[in-house]
Amino acid sequence: MRAVISVVGKDAVGILAKVSTICASHNANVIEVTQSVLQDMFAMIMLVDITGLSCELKELSGLMEEMGKAQGLSIHVMHEDIFNSMHRI
Amino acid sequence: MLNVTDIMETIRMIQDENLDIRTITMGISLLSCCDSDIERSCEKVYEKITTYAKDLVRVGEDIEAEYGIPIINKRIAVTPIAMLLAASGGDPVRYALTLERAANTVGVNFIGGFSALVHKGFSAGDKALIEAIPEALAQTDHVCASVNVGSTKSGINLDAVGMMGRVIRRCSEITADRQCVAASKLVVFCNAPEDNPFMAGAFHGPGMPDCVINVGVSGPGVVRAALHAAPDDMDITEVAELIKKTAFKITRMGQLIGTQAAKRLGVPFGIVDLSLAPTPAVGDSVAHILEEIGLEQCGACGTTACLAMLNDAVKKGGVMASSSVGGLSGAFIPVSEDAGMIDAARAGTLCIEKLEAMTAVCSVGLDMIAVPGDTPAEVLSAIIADEAAIGMVNSKTTAVRLIPAVGLKEGEELEFGGLFGTAPIMKVNTSSPAKFISRGGLIPAPLQSLKN
Repeated sequence: MRAVISVVGKDAVGILAKVSTICASHNANVIEVTQSVLQDMFAMIMLVDITGLSCELKELSGLMEEMGKAQGLSIHVMHEDIFNSMHRI
Repeated sequence: MLNVTDIMETIRMIQDENLDIRTITMGISLLSCCDSDIERSCEKVYEKITTYAKDLVRVGEDIEAEYGIPIINKRIAVTPIAMLLAASGGDPVRYALTLERAANTVGVNFIGGFSALVHKGFSAGDKALIEAIPEALAQTDHVCASVNVGSTKSGINLDAVGMMGRVIRRCSEITADRQCVAASKLVVFCNAPEDNPFMAGAFHGPGMPDCVINVGVSGPGVVRAALHAAPDDMDITEVAELIKKTAFKITRMGQLIGTQAAKRLGVPFGIVDLSLAPTPAVGDSVAHILEEIGLEQCGACGTTACLAMLNDAVKKGGVMASSSVGGLSGAFIPVSEDAGMIDAARAGTLCIEKLEAMTAVCSVGLDMIAVPGDTPAEVLSAIIADEAAIGMVNSKTTAVRLIPAVGLKEGEELEFGGLFGTAPIMKVNTSSPAKFISRGGLIPAPLQSLKN
């Protein structure tokens, strides 16, 4: 089972570190990261393996959102299936 | 690997374009609750609903959090109560109060099924239930009622049509101090679907399994945004193609959420209703899609053609995306729930006659329309008869949800708030159809019914 974490917001030092720290502390394994900085806007998409997740997915999602809010970022954690079903036949 | 553009597209649809699952509706058969004693019957109803649906809201919220898709409503649809009333007799309002109590216990937003199917005539319980609708809706907050007065197979029950005009008026009158809210929870159908997850017309048909999960998606905002981003010189075939592709994506999401909900609740998955259901929120309007296609305002000449194309493209895209499509499936045009329709009605561009034409090519009917408070019952009945005739002849579902705004006149407004929105009171042709309605009887089934 995998989840997609998307982060959009103003670029700052340590965004990737903060997101991956939360992942690590809940045993979510980061598989792939793509990120881009357009002018000063930061956009990152992270694919994580949540098979061994030590908490509920919605808990992780809540933590990320909270952290995002504090940093002025919009962070969403969504199950991979939603993208697969929408964009694959 | 997932494509970044695809991921961002999905997130944008949810964040900016109001994409959501409008409802997860659990259909529960109450046929096993029939009892000759109304007291026992009500007890069994309460017991069955609260047992089957006890996890519905929690599962809905879990899925919402996990998948990051908002699920706006969790609802229940039950067997038409008239069938239980046929066995038990007694005061139908007691059933409504039981449904209300059950809805409060499990925490759902609405419970539908205070209904009667009378398209060919009245059986035991039907008349009593219909007469009790105003009282039942006035005394409850979550219960929704519907009556099926016609079908392509059986014709139109004009006695029932006549009755419904009076019932709608009564609904408004006894809730006049609450924006006539009871009338907004009552739908009169022709060709009512048995698996519709949308309120106020949801009920669990007698041909359905014991328990089932149906899902209604939304998404007018997504379609509008896709059209907005497209070049202006696109020809209409390409526009239809674009809508089709968008509808496909929306429906896939509905299919995923529906199957997940059914799996977690341990009940069979029924259908995805792939309707474009607007909300009063800015950017979530079916009227704005029509305007994006190229009309100055919804209601202009050309509206029916654009809507027909939209409705068809939505179905074509959706059918491929889901293993089973059902319910109403198409575009909804509820006036008070659609920001663009509200504006068009205020401006006088959109009139009831145009809306009637639009219902011939889209999924439902004259929906959430406020009419002057002094509109006579027989005029309401005749509007119902007209709509039912469109449904009967075209083998499609049509519905009427009119709200006579007691004490108010054309040009004034009813304010419901929330999903129900704002209803500008529209002009009604009051030339009298009284003699026609008072004839009663049955409009015979049309030639279209003889398909065998």
